[in-house]
Amino acid sequence: MSARWVLITLLLAPAVVVPLLVPLYDSNDPELFGFPFYFWFQMACIPAAVVLTVIAFNLAKRDRAGTRAER
Amino acid sequence: MSNVSTVAFSVFLFLFLLVTVLGFAASRWRRAQALDNLDEWGLGGRGFGTFIAWFLIGGDLYTAYTFVAVPALLYAGSAIGFFAVPYTIVVYPLIFLFLPRLWSVSHRHGYVTPADFVEGRYDSKPLALAVALTGILATMPYIALQLVGIEVVLQVMGIGTEDANWFVKDLPLFIAFAVLAAYTYSSGLRAPALIAFVKDALIYIVIAVAVIYLPTQLGGWDAIFDKVQESFATANETNADAIAAGQAAPKSAIPAPLLHWAYASLALGSALALFMYPHSVTAVLSTRDRSVIRRNAALLPAYSFLLGLLALLGFVAIAAGVQVTNPQQAVPQLFENEFPDWFAGVAFAAIVIGALVPAAIMSIAAANLWTRNIYKAYLNRDATHAQEAQQSKVASLLVKFGALLFVLFVSTTYALDLQLLGGVWILQTFPAIVVGLYSRWFHRWALLGGWAVGMVYGTLTAYGNPKIGLPDSHFGSPLNEFPFTETLVYIGFTALVLNLLVAVVGTLILRGLGVPSGEDRTSPEDYGADLGDQDVQAELTPETAAH
Repeated sequence: MSARWVLITLLLAPAVVVPLLVPLYDSNDPELFGFPFYFWFQMACIPAAVVLTVIAFNLAKRDRAGTRAER
Repeated sequence: MSNVSTVAFSVFLFLFLLVTVLGFAASRWRRAQALDNLDEWGLGGRGFGTFIAWFLIGGDLYTAYTFVAVPALLYAGSAIGFFAVPYTIVVYPLIFLFLPRLWSVSHRHGYVTPADFVEGRYDSKPLALAVALTGILATMPYIALQLVGIEVVLQVMGIGTEDANWFVKDLPLFIAFAVLAAYTYSSGLRAPALIAFVKDALIYIVIAVAVIYLPTQLGGWDAIFDKVQESFATANETNADAIAAGQAAPKSAIPAPLLHWAYASLALGSALALFMYPHSVTAVLSTRDRSVIRRNAALLPAYSFLLGLLALLGFVAIAAGVQVTNPQQAVPQLFENEFPDWFAGVAFAAIVIGALVPAAIMSIAAANLWTRNIYKAYLNRDATHAQEAQQSKVASLLVKFGALLFVLFVSTTYALDLQLLGGVWILQTFPAIVVGLYSRWFHRWALLGGWAVGMVYGTLTAYGNPKIGLPDSHFGSPLNEFPFTETLVYIGFTALVLNLLVAVVGTLILRGLGVPSGEDRTSPEDYGADLGDQDVQAELTPETAAH
């Protein structure tokens, strides 16, 4: 695995791990727009995961272009 | 007969008939010469292009799963109900990492199903057969969930009768089922693909209205969450004795520390399972190049956000004072109570059509698996195109029939349990498929042994799990205590751990004994190949053999 792929995997790791860490978010407070923390935190994980995935996508694309150019 | 207005029923019936006509007419849509080959019937003759991945994978999240099964858990006060949200977050990074490798190796070797890949990688027909059979079996309860979704909508509309005879009681369901089976049979994948346009339009309208309009009618989310807390507290107080005696489950919106592992393992297990289902693999392999899958992994979470809001409709139903004994009727009942009649009809149609489309897609994918990896591999090696198409058509009927048996004979108190039961099974193909994408360390016979142990353990444990308060019932819960602990965990997860354990120990033993591990027909470069590289096929056809 190239250094870039290690980076991509590390980048995506929080998107897989954080939503599974229930003790991190199993409380009512602080509320946001009437939503208990438990609910809005998990919903907020979605855009956060998207941001990480978009960065990873661009890294993967450049990796591809790089290996093509080297040939 | 009916407790629903004529207007709602007429709108529903009109949309249902419209979709039925579309389903049959689909066989003429973008018509090729004939429908009597697998390429045409099973893959819509292709030409759906990149878009199909978004439709097929994303569309699969907006089914009865979203509208009926998940909100039902929240309505019933099951603290683990919201796991569907972390599930749909976790799944996309995994797709991003794993599936492009599957795409590459498949497009280089002409693999159309995961079983093809397993056979090429491990040189093992029995292992490929196990993977194919698991895919077909696991699809059935997932389709059954869709049928339950249709059933509860019909019940809320008052057209599911209360007759004691099970056949009469479920007659409307059988009619909807027969219609689905008939047009899938005659039009193949074209039917759900064409209906999907109607489905998505209806569903987006209903979602937009439901998650924006309904909360404003009920005093905003603040008031909704307050009412839910209140309602759960009252219920727990009234049932305090039953709860203490283990006859009832306490209600809660947030999982207690005791359920944290259950929650996380359900989310992770479901995520690992989703992309191994035959219908997801078909969708992924039909994309044009590697980056399409990755781009989809970044786009699809938009679905997850709405899924979360839809899940909360279970709470909205509580706040709106919906009283139903079957929690799965909560959302349809909410729509009936709160929407004007004509729009309730639209919403009912959206749920039913939203269940029919994935049911058709899933049964077609499972049928293709049968034809390619079982019929053609074992029963008739020299099958003609027409024979293959005929096999798939009949298999798609049988798969749907199997699903119907699940509805009739397995507990459907919570339809979500059906999908989780399918997950228990499909997860057992994880070591062969996903680990196989990275390493060939596992021995083929050890993988088969691990699979068998996982399947037997998972099935027996799920069977032996009674529903709370009904000691003699079966398949009552997707959770079980992890061996040697008192921690509740998703059965599929425990079974997968056992599976991997057997595979590791088995591999060490088999290697020690020098049992031949077969020839790997793939090479390391295959896993990174992209369109434009040598030997990479732009399109996979089930017509060409894997090599």
